[in-house]
Amino acid sequence: MSTEAMDRGEEAVTRKLKIWRGDVTSGGLVDFEVQTEPGMVVLDAVLEIQRSQAPDLAVRWNCKAAKCGSCGAEVNGRPSLMCKTRLDHLAADEPITVEPLQAFPVIRDLVTDVSWNYEVNKKIAPFTPKPDAEWLIGQEDTDRMSEFRKCIECFMCQDVCHVLRDHGLFSRYYGPRFMIRLASLEMHPLDGLDRIEMIGDEAGIGLCNITKCCTEVCPEGIHITDNGIIPLKERLVDRRYDPVMKILQRGRRNNRRKPTPEDLGPDSRVS
Amino acid sequence: MAIEQHDYDVIVIGTGGSGLRAAIAAAEAGARTAVICKCLLGKAHTVMAEGGVAAALGNVAPEDGWQTHFQDTMFGGKYLNNWHMAELHAKEAPDRVRELEYWGAVFDRTPDKRMSQRAFGGHTYRRLVHIGDRTGLELIRTLQDKAVHSGIDVFMETVITRLIKDRERVVGAFGYRYPTGEFLAFSAKTLAIATGGAGRIYRVTSNSQDCTGDGYALAYAAGAELVDMEFVQFHPTGMVWPPGVVGLLVTEAVRGEGGILRNSEGERFMERYDPKRMELSTRDVVARSIYTEAKEGRGSPHGGVFLDVSHLDSEYVKKRLPSMYDQFYELAGVDITKAAMEVGPTCHYFMGGIRIDGETGETIVPGLFSTGEASGGMNGANRLGGNSLSDLLVFGRRAGIGAAEHANATPAPELPEQELADAEAEAAGYLTGEGSEDPYKLHRELQAVMGEGVGIFRDEQGLTSAIGRLEALEQRAANLRAPSSRPDYNPGWRLCREVRNMIMVSLQIARAALMREESRGGHSRLDFPRYDEYWSEHNIVVCDRDGEMTLEARPVIKWDGLTELVEARQEAERV
Repeated sequence: MSTEAMDRGEEAVTRKLKIWRGDVTSGGLVDFEVQTEPGMVVLDAVLEIQRSQAPDLAVRWNCKAAKCGSCGAEVNGRPSLMCKTRLDHLAADEPITVEPLQAFPVIRDLVTDVSWNYEVNKKIAPFTPKPDAEWLIGQEDTDRMSEFRKCIECFMCQDVCHVLRDHGLFSRYYGPRFMIRLASLEMHPLDGLDRIEMIGDEAGIGLCNITKCCTEVCPEGIHITDNGIIPLKERLVDRRYDPVMKILQRGRRNNRRKPTPEDLGPDSRVS
Repeated sequence: MAIEQHDYDVIVIGTGGSGLRAAIAAAEAGARTAVICKCLLGKAHTVMAEGGVAAALGNVAPEDGWQTHFQDTMFGGKYLNNWHMAELHAKEAPDRVRELEYWGAVFDRTPDKRMSQRAFGGHTYRRLVHIGDRTGLELIRTLQDKAVHSGIDVFMETVITRLIKDRERVVGAFGYRYPTGEFLAFSAKTLAIATGGAGRIYRVTSNSQDCTGDGYALAYAAGAELVDMEFVQFHPTGMVWPPGVVGLLVTEAVRGEGGILRNSEGERFMERYDPKRMELSTRDVVARSIYTEAKEGRGSPHGGVFLDVSHLDSEYVKKRLPSMYDQFYELAGVDITKAAMEVGPTCHYFMGGIRIDGETGETIVPGLFSTGEASGGMNGANRLGGNSLSDLLVFGRRAGIGAAEHANATPAPELPEQELADAEAEAAGYLTGEGSEDPYKLHRELQAVMGEGVGIFRDEQGLTSAIGRLEALEQRAANLRAPSSRPDYNPGWRLCREVRNMIMVSLQIARAALMREESRGGHSRLDFPRYDEYWSEHNIVVCDRDGEMTLEARPVIKWDGLTELVEARQEAERV
């Protein structure tokens, strides 16, 4: 086959996949083979296997356009959106392993229980505008928030976060996804809540030791650590330990009030 | 064994924009509210919307106002729209967008720090509020974050297979938890269908896998009427290569930002089809033009045409169209700042849907409401880009209030046991019954029938043949069985019911398309290429009469106070 055709993925070949199958009790990698099509992504291969070889293969997906964030899995050990990962970008001479996200309890096969994330989100008071807000926002502020709001909630950053994955501190740290959710609120010029204390306490930002694993796997290319977590850490440090900043921030704080439990609104059950 | 049951005042099926907006409104109106979705919260098809929300804020074009937005919508819909719905939509969209901003949505700004607005096909002025090319995600996330702090219960990954009725009234729904297969019964004083469209009846579609027309079929089975089903919007620009992403949307914002369409001869062919609006003509016109160019041998290597932004500044393209840049770079290996994209039409949106009273979202079935793409009337024969996000906000809120007010005046219903038992028997039958038809196979056959006979261009012969094949599929669908019989996370099981829903919707579309002997908006008949006087005044309504699918032509619902605006626009178009 021509090099050009190979580059464009236009030659059909057979690829081997090792897909993790099982449930919370046990499981292991199972071998499959698929005939590839040009430009095929991992999700295409998994769905073809599901259609023709393993009809009870559990996999979560929806948009197949890298916009909904449903189909995150560990492909060759790396958290990836299956719909965005082309087979011809993976080493051709080795089988492709596909495993569920490891930080969350497995439901079955490639599907994990990510409901913890929805519980965390409920603990974050929604945007609460300043009472006197004039609805004028600059494009610079918009761009800053927009980077975080690009998040498609694939939860792959949560999956690789050491605090969650290796240390299991789900009760003490909200994880990178919700650090950037908090960053988008904290950096909203019209948000009326002072969230710095809760970012330090309940949300547990101090547990992040900035290994940037979250940033590396973000399919949206969000600079989670550099643009989100580090600035929040700095704001917290300034607040708590810098006497000059304490004074300078007083005006800001006056403009933002302490959150109360009422800011969370009536409880919703997400299950 | 007793089935797990949940009781609410209002239940909304669907957590796209309109479902979430309806649930928020219902909860605010004091109703105990739940929303049910097949996917996880925040993953509904609304996340795919790219271009923006149409609202005549006048931030960029001060001369804009609801009247012009109304006129544009009517012109886009070729005057088959429900006039009053188009009016409510144009009048209320600005408030709904401002409200989103109060709830934390972040949109691109003008230099004077207000919400910016971009140009889009069919809109007279720059009207679409947007954030880059991911406006739908912004809507979903804003509404999701609002909803989970509004006391709304969310049933994720829950499949509804039937609405439950007590005599004439809808009183609940039956379904199961997808991850476990446990059956669930829901009772509701009122129920709102917000299940979106049915793009998956076509192979080439921009729609998520969830878009299987469940709501159309559930409502029809419960006795509701559907309107304008023949009008299917093929978005002009979907990806045509590689095979795995065929149909994937290429936002209209690409053309809004200055993208140029060319054929294989390098010709800017829109000059021949709509010299006035060019690339920003309405979607039906651009889709037909691209289809014709490719069909007549002037297409791109993979059967589309070229869409080019490489003449624009590359940093500008990356900033204004970031997800398009990524999408082509990652999936097709094309750098759109240097090379042209290959694009072709893709099934995108259903103008038709459940017939409702626009003010309240109420259907003709007591207790049943609908909103968003699942409902019909607002868009007429063709929807303008940007009008779906505004539609779902305006009518989502209205349906939520309508459903809550109705629920507040209704006693708690009982679920009739026989109805539940029937629903359970049907669902269980797909798993353990005697059926032999494979849902995956039927689905592929259905897509082939729809692509061949009920696509962009239609004629009597093709439609008649398609209807015959659909009827045969319908028969076979009575004999479906999932390839695996385990109940937990079984996609084949889910697809059994979805395929039946999709066949039902396809029949509605094909029969309505055969009945409408003219070409208008999203419906093009090769054998009737022009407007027809009679059909310019009539909508087609589909309903069940004693078990028979019945189609009726009914006069367009006009509104006295709007005649002047409509006539002024018609006059202007003639000149």
